[in-house]
Amino acid sequence: MNDFAQSVQTAIALIVHADAVLLHTVALSLAVSGVACALASGFGLFAGAWLAVARFPGHRALVMLINTLLALPSVVVGLAVYLLLSRSGPLGEWGILFTPSAMVIAQTILVFPVVAALSRQLVGDGLRDGGDQLRSMGASPLTCALLMLVHDRWAVVTLLLTAFGRAIAEVGAVMIVGGNIAGSTRVMTTAIALETSKGDLPLALALGLVLLAVVGAINALIALVQRGGHRGSALAGVR
Amino acid sequence: MSAHTMKGTPLLAVADVSVRFGDAQALHGVSLQIASGESIALVGANGSGKTTLLRLLHGLVAHRGERRVLDPQARQVMVFQRPFMLRLSVWNNLRVALWLAGVPRAQHAARATEALQRVGLSHLRGRPARALSGGEAQRLALARAWVVQPQLLFLDEPTASLDPTAKKEVESLLEGFSRDGITLVMSTHNLGQAKRLATRVVYLDRGEVRVDLPVAEFFGEEIDGRAGLFLKGELSWTLE
Repeated sequence: MNDFAQSVQTAIALIVHADAVLLHTVALSLAVSGVACALASGFGLFAGAWLAVARFPGHRALVMLINTLLALPSVVVGLAVYLLLSRSGPLGEWGILFTPSAMVIAQTILVFPVVAALSRQLVGDGLRDGGDQLRSMGASPLTCALLMLVHDRWAVVTLLLTAFGRAIAEVGAVMIVGGNIAGSTRVMTTAIALETSKGDLPLALALGLVLLAVVGAINALIALVQRGGHRGSALAGVR
Repeated sequence: MSAHTMKGTPLLAVADVSVRFGDAQALHGVSLQIASGESIALVGANGSGKTTLLRLLHGLVAHRGERRVLDPQARQVMVFQRPFMLRLSVWNNLRVALWLAGVPRAQHAARATEALQRVGLSHLRGRPARALSGGEAQRLALARAWVVQPQLLFLDEPTASLDPTAKKEVESLLEGFSRDGITLVMSTHNLGQAKRLATRVVYLDRGEVRVDLPVAEFFGEEIDGRAGLFLKGELSWTLE
């Protein structure tokens, strides 16, 4: 217990004194997960909206596949991206294995199904309520779906924050494709794993605290967004 | 029973149309033609097929049989019983309608302003559309329909669940639309409303058009069968 208390004390000191290694690791984590989420959101929201309205042979199978990929293990993504980007892999000539770019690719693949599956569900539910009205006004099916994303924008923000939470908290994929290289590809989760195995508990704990703080901030944001959404629903219930 | 003769330009026609929802036959062998300048009231018991017929005429329902748009230039819009508003301001809901109708952006502000004035909602332009009362929401739905200058307006129970004042306001707006030359096709449970607003009444029973008459004849003549019982209030509002 004393060791734990001492570790917490040291961790707080590292945070308060803005330790350079700590700051770099946190900044890289935020940057990699932020870019990955931005990319996954761009593709995922569009794919989700499209899947909500498109009808083609194999549509149901594709939806099932994307829903299944919600539970995609991050190490599997890491392994697949590693095989793609390794020297002998099809994208080996890009030469980006063990760089932040590779980590962004892995996290984008990891988060894309989350954004696509949940936004498809969101748009589908919205269209059951207002799809006919929008079609009546001349909107094409895809325009209806994209308007539904605007209509449910608070739920979309919640969805994207959830996706960011999944990205920043994952360790398997970035460990495999990033290599956990100090000062280059070391992010919070991989650093925690490494420092714990080395026995440097204060740094691991400090990083753990920062990670918790980031996830806590995301949860607080989600709660705020949901409160905003509920307020909107309550107002809508007036009529 | 049909003694209806067309006066205006034909806009839309359906011939021998049927609609099924699973095992339920919602419409069967319906033929109808709509001409410009008409105000048609679709009446009948609950479940008689009024809403399905409206949605069919507007092109929202898969069907068997023929549906022909006779004037492709004629813009048609539908106002639903519970109008769906985007979670945007009153003003932006109108802007979205104009954008979807392909109206040039330069005309948006003037047309939206005029529409809000027409329905008396100018003071609420910045209010979230979903925070409006029932009557206000229905007036906004009418403004959103009117702003794109439709030739044909479908209305599904436009005054259902509104209080008498809001009902009167909505009816007054519809009368104005009709005077402006907009062709109205509305489903209603309110025979008084049909008498006040319609030029032609179509009575549906169990998914079939049983009576199609000018309003004066529909209410002035002795009509036989279930339609007559319905008019006298001796037929249940729900299907028997």
